[in-house]
Amino acid sequence: MGTTETPSEGANRLDRRLLLERLSSYWLVGAGLFAVALFGLIVLTLVQQSIPIVSEYSLFQMMTSSNWDPAADEFGFLPAIVGTIYVTVLSMAMGTPLAILAAIYIAEYAEGRTKMLVSSFIDVLAAIPSVIFGLVGLIVVVPFVGDYLAPAVGAHSIGLGIVTVSLVMAIIVTPFMISLSVESLEALPDELRESSLGVGATKWETIRTVLLRAAGPGIFSAILLGFGRVFGATIVPAMLIGGQTAIPESPFDAGETLPTLIVNDFGELMSIPLTQSALILVGLMLLVIVWLFNFGAMLVRRRLQRRWQY
Amino acid sequence: MSNDIALRTDDLEVTYTGNREVTAVDGVSTEFAENKLTAIIGPSGCGKSTLLKALNRLHEIQPNAEITGEVYLGDEAIYDTDDPLPEIRRRVGYVPQTPTALPLSIYNNVAYGAKIHGDHSSEELDDLVESYLRKVNLWDEVKDRLDDPGAELSTGQVQRLCLARSLAVEPEVLLCDEVTSALDPISAEQVEETLEDLKEEYTIVMVTHSMDQAKRLADDVIFLYLGELVEANDTRSFFENPQHERTQEFVKGHTAVDYDDEPDEESVTDEQPVATR
Repeated sequence: MGTTETPSEGANRLDRRLLLERLSSYWLVGAGLFAVALFGLIVLTLVQQSIPIVSEYSLFQMMTSSNWDPAADEFGFLPAIVGTIYVTVLSMAMGTPLAILAAIYIAEYAEGRTKMLVSSFIDVLAAIPSVIFGLVGLIVVVPFVGDYLAPAVGAHSIGLGIVTVSLVMAIIVTPFMISLSVESLEALPDELRESSLGVGATKWETIRTVLLRAAGPGIFSAILLGFGRVFGATIVPAMLIGGQTAIPESPFDAGETLPTLIVNDFGELMSIPLTQSALILVGLMLLVIVWLFNFGAMLVRRRLQRRWQY
Repeated sequence: MSNDIALRTDDLEVTYTGNREVTAVDGVSTEFAENKLTAIIGPSGCGKSTLLKALNRLHEIQPNAEITGEVYLGDEAIYDTDDPLPEIRRRVGYVPQTPTALPLSIYNNVAYGAKIHGDHSSEELDDLVESYLRKVNLWDEVKDRLDDPGAELSTGQVQRLCLARSLAVEPEVLLCDEVTSALDPISAEQVEETLEDLKEEYTIVMVTHSMDQAKRLADDVIFLYLGELVEANDTRSFFENPQHERTQEFVKGHTAVDYDDEPDEESVTDEQPVATR
């Protein structure tokens, strides 16, 4: 405070500060509303653009038909839906256990330089753009699946296909899930470890019964974010899935996912209005499913947080 | 201290070798009498908690902690031993400073250790949970909500729950790290009453900041200053007739902590920040 300030100057100063205070709250509310409005606008656009196709064909019919042939006015999403479910389930089934085990190792077992090396390596892995994984997948994973993995389990594969995409997507999301899970484990207070070890539990018992529960909601979120990434993945499936518009008979077959359906067709077919509308409907479905999933996950997370609070 | 000795340290030294080497416990040789409550007192950062944790090797979860010397539980060494670590920690229980419920139900918080160490029928477990909750004067408050998460109890209740959990594995010695410092006065009093009851049956070693608490509860007192043992005596003699000059100052309330002498505070675990969720 300036010592030479007269009372009226002081009052002016206060007025200005209060004005700024009021204005700043407006800006912040505005910024928040803008984000909400953006979301609303996107949904509205998608809905509005989907109307032509929905008024022409029933949603149920499109979702259960396996024939996608816009030139013949056939819009069946089923192969893409099946492909998306396949890829998501397979990648998560491969990635999740690995992510949790690796996170436990880094957070609870690794020490000193090893820990630093492993965790920074994983952070680097998580930061690699997916298109690079796609390229490496083409060179390494495609021949591996086509020449070794598929024959080994008695299946036939051209190399491109659902299993290939799932493998590469698992490699992409696992480091990401590891990082977030490690953070949740490391944020736990040492008292939890001391309390459990202090009654004679082993380290593994402590991890399994105490730490994994206490960090459970955080790990759950990590897995969910991984899920979201796989579900919405576009570039890697587009490069490696083989672009087959038929229901895959085995996971080793080529197929398509909802995002690849959009990217593969939108270039040449946006000119036909009904196709454009169909693709936008696919986009809307993606959005709604992700949203529903996040909402459900929030409820589950809340339950876990209550059940496993510490 | 003519009674039987439950726990004894021999030239115990704990050093943290971080960026800067700090000796938190410096050549402490002392004894803890059976079925008595021994208070470890001293100014902040003097190594009280480190000494306590070294008594059941809990400091080993910190990286960079090095130890020399030995601790004897009865006649058995706990460092130079083939006994597995979990068994040592079962026999020497530990209750942390921050009241910490495990992410389990109230029932399973108490049954946790017992389930690990033995096969119990569900009736046996029910009895065990009830008897230990009664022992810490918590049963009447929680008997209708045993399946609720332990963390939904009040802080004071959680601290008594921690005591019940530790006692349920039938330890020979119970280590308590400032177990009332995070509690409001009423809860603290309840925990003190519980400790008062327990010291008939258990050997308790308690770290405390509070001289009044040591006077009220302890049978024996150990005074640590900068990691070194200054004086150990029965409570009455310790407060009425302190031998050492440093003790006299501390007891008078002129704690006379020369903060310049204090070890690097970040390296001494005595004053770890209370972890947030």
